[in-house]
Amino acid sequence: MKKSIALLLTTALLASTVLSGCGGGGAASTGDAGSAETGAAADAGGAGASGTAAAGGTQLDVQVGPSPETIDPALNSAVDGANMILHAFEGLLKFDKDNNVVPGVAESYDVSDDGITWTFHLRDGLKWSDGSDLTAEDFVYSWKRVANPETAAPYGYDLLNYVKGYDEAEAGNVDALAVSAPDAKTFVVELNSPCVYFDKICAFAVMVPVQKATIEANGEAWTTNPDTYITDGPYLMTEYTDGAQIVFQKNPNYWDAGSITFDTIVWHLIEDANAAYAAYQNGDISMIKDVPTEEIPSLEGNSEFYVEPIMGTYYVTFNTQKEPFDNPKVREALSLAIDRDYVANTIMQGTFLPAKNFVGPGVSDEAPGSSFEEETTKKYGDHFDTTNYDADLQKAKDLLAEAGYPNGEGFPEFAYLTNDAGYHKPVAEYLQSAWSELGLTMTVNIQEWKTVTADRRNGNFDVARNGWVYDWDDPSNMINLLETGNGNNDGKYSSPEFDKAVDDARKTTDLKEHYTKLHEAEQIILKDAAMAPVAYYNDFWLQKDNLKGTWHSPYGYWYFMYGSLE
Amino acid sequence: MLKYIVKRILMGVLTAFIVATLTFFIMNLVPGGPFLSEKAVTPQAQAAMEAKYGLDKPLFMQYLTYMGDLLHGNMGLSIKKRGFTVTDIIGNKFPVSARLGGLAVLVAVMIGVPLGSVAAYRRGKTLDNIIIVFSTAGIAIPSFLTSTLMMYFLSVKLKLLPSLGLDSPQSYIMPVIALSLYPTCYIARLMRSSMLDVIGQDYMRTARAKGVGTFKAIFKHALRNAILPVVTYLGPLLAALMTGSFIIEKIFTIPGLGHEFVSAIPSRDYPLIMGTTIFLACFIIMMNVIVDIAYAFIDPRIKLK
Repeated sequence: MKKSIALLLTTALLASTVLSGCGGGGAASTGDAGSAETGAAADAGGAGASGTAAAGGTQLDVQVGPSPETIDPALNSAVDGANMILHAFEGLLKFDKDNNVVPGVAESYDVSDDGITWTFHLRDGLKWSDGSDLTAEDFVYSWKRVANPETAAPYGYDLLNYVKGYDEAEAGNVDALAVSAPDAKTFVVELNSPCVYFDKICAFAVMVPVQKATIEANGEAWTTNPDTYITDGPYLMTEYTDGAQIVFQKNPNYWDAGSITFDTIVWHLIEDANAAYAAYQNGDISMIKDVPTEEIPSLEGNSEFYVEPIMGTYYVTFNTQKEPFDNPKVREALSLAIDRDYVANTIMQGTFLPAKNFVGPGVSDEAPGSSFEEETTKKYGDHFDTTNYDADLQKAKDLLAEAGYPNGEGFPEFAYLTNDAGYHKPVAEYLQSAWSELGLTMTVNIQEWKTVTADRRNGNFDVARNGWVYDWDDPSNMINLLETGNGNNDGKYSSPEFDKAVDDARKTTDLKEHYTKLHEAEQIILKDAAMAPVAYYNDFWLQKDNLKGTWHSPYGYWYFMYGSLE
Repeated sequence: MLKYIVKRILMGVLTAFIVATLTFFIMNLVPGGPFLSEKAVTPQAQAAMEAKYGLDKPLFMQYLTYMGDLLHGNMGLSIKKRGFTVTDIIGNKFPVSARLGGLAVLVAVMIGVPLGSVAAYRRGKTLDNIIIVFSTAGIAIPSFLTSTLMMYFLSVKLKLLPSLGLDSPQSYIMPVIALSLYPTCYIARLMRSSMLDVIGQDYMRTARAKGVGTFKAIFKHALRNAILPVVTYLGPLLAALMTGSFIIEKIFTIPGLGHEFVSAIPSRDYPLIMGTTIFLACFIIMMNVIVDIAYAFIDPRIKLK
């Protein structure tokens, strides 16, 4: 008898641990706000994946990335987070289908002649998702929150340093930021100096209004609970299960709720591309951003497979403070020896475009709807001829000889620093073989991502992989990376002539001059081979044919709110 | 007995303390930090964020602060999952992993023990060979492969089972199979070899000679002695499976704890690395203590001292 009790103990041990697991899940729902969702999700889930929205109406299931780091507009710096934020919030201005700036919650705005004072006029009857009034004061609070050092907003400086008083605000005197609300419907911003693309900054996801009451009551956790995530845009949140899904429901208090088509959007927080692909194939999800790269060759020509440019360039950084990379001829030789067409179309399977210059497609020029890159081609011709690699290679060999290293003789062995993600490793291996054509010996130094970033920033490298995706649609956002003293100028390139052009472009009130100066600046860094552009980024994704009316912008955002499933 | 348990728990606390200390300093030795990103943040923003999480203080001070908070049950705020405390994350995700892992262990024991016993009894026969081949394959095939194959056939092709989440009872099937395959096979092999030892012993021959049936001989008389190695294995197995599997969670999009263990490291989410590591250490220690106690019950010859 005693023996059989003993035997049962092992089973009991197992059973109790399993049950305690269940018990834990149940207990969570009575716990604090943060864990309440898990309990609810475990019970109520399924609605998402199976497509049976309990509330009725139309539902869209999408995957734009894994769990976002944050969906607090001020704290976000990621594209997937911005995607969700732009469905939940609306700023003063926003972008339309053609990437033009159009009114958001501000009906109109005026800019003073000197370009310093921007006055926004809000729409009538604006409300938060909880039904309370949205006023210009909310913008004053939200913008000051972004500037507040205690918020530690990663984009605070980038977006608000144009605003008068930002330096003081950043040092702790938040009220010094020159934003004000003369009345409930008027929001006024004063800038330090003119900024011709400040309208685009006002449409940025970080600059949307957030509600003071919920943030003061709940702290940073306000974004993790549907009850406290108060929004002013097309959608509000009804579920947040970290690692599984975020559910958005149409916000009846949004001023333009009538134009919003989907009642529910389920953001599936899938991390694994193969899992996303499986869910897409069995019909659980109508759009996935993370397509397994090994599937791409079989997807080409498929109407459900989309490839569209986003504003961004994949490039190679040279440590310009280190011999022999301090010699522009050496840099240009290495740059010309890259067969960009082969890299983009073969190694990267056509998911990138070969780079012809530094600023690529999707970035606007002066006229509405114009392209900076097309203007470059017209004015100066393309810097890299991606159709005639052999000519470029010959030029590279000649340049290397001029620099004193004929056939690579006497050239020191060097290393290429990269992490192993996406196409980085195959590109590194390609560069190794391409540069061996010049008689050079390069070793591939693969490090974990954070190590690459740290080493690259500290100048602890010879040549390194680099890349930039624009924050807003102005070429200065990337061209300025090569400016002396810029925090992202990893190669420590420095040219007074270039710095001046960039600074002139920054300070002018004349749109035409702004772009002219930026074109000049781009030509300087291309001629100087300050870096070697390799390819332009694209977004590629899968979207069911019956999902219509959505669009993708060069910012890498999808707009699902006006779409439909036919 | 009580004295033994108290001693084991005190040892466990000491072990957890050492684990916490080592993790803290090793983690800070690795280059990079939580706020380092592809795009440089301004020095001001960097300083503000470091101040917010106390990373601006000297390392040893940070250590003292952390250990002090830990004693008060405060594991801090996650840096990379803004708005969540480390306690929130473990509290939300551990139940999910524990349920899944516990089920997998249950399945492994329910199938592995009989399978191993039967194989031992039918030693050298066809059934034994089949079980040996099956269990060797089960140990050799990695779980990501079985998961992917199941996902492809059962979810994508036949559309029988959901590919995502743990919303319905059906959605447990694939992850549980994937998680339990290896331990099932391992237990079957353990069971087979220890059962072979036991079957050869005198008391078993006596039992058979006295007319005890095969089934009863194996499952009543032999099992008790043969199961000890399996019980030993259960401690670490429970700890490993109930704290979640990075791969299985990733493939089936399960909001479990295993993912956090791994993803906290590349993102240098210091509080979350500490929290998950200490939690795992305590859980393993606890499981080992429980197994030791279970041992004494199963085999009265074992005295806990």
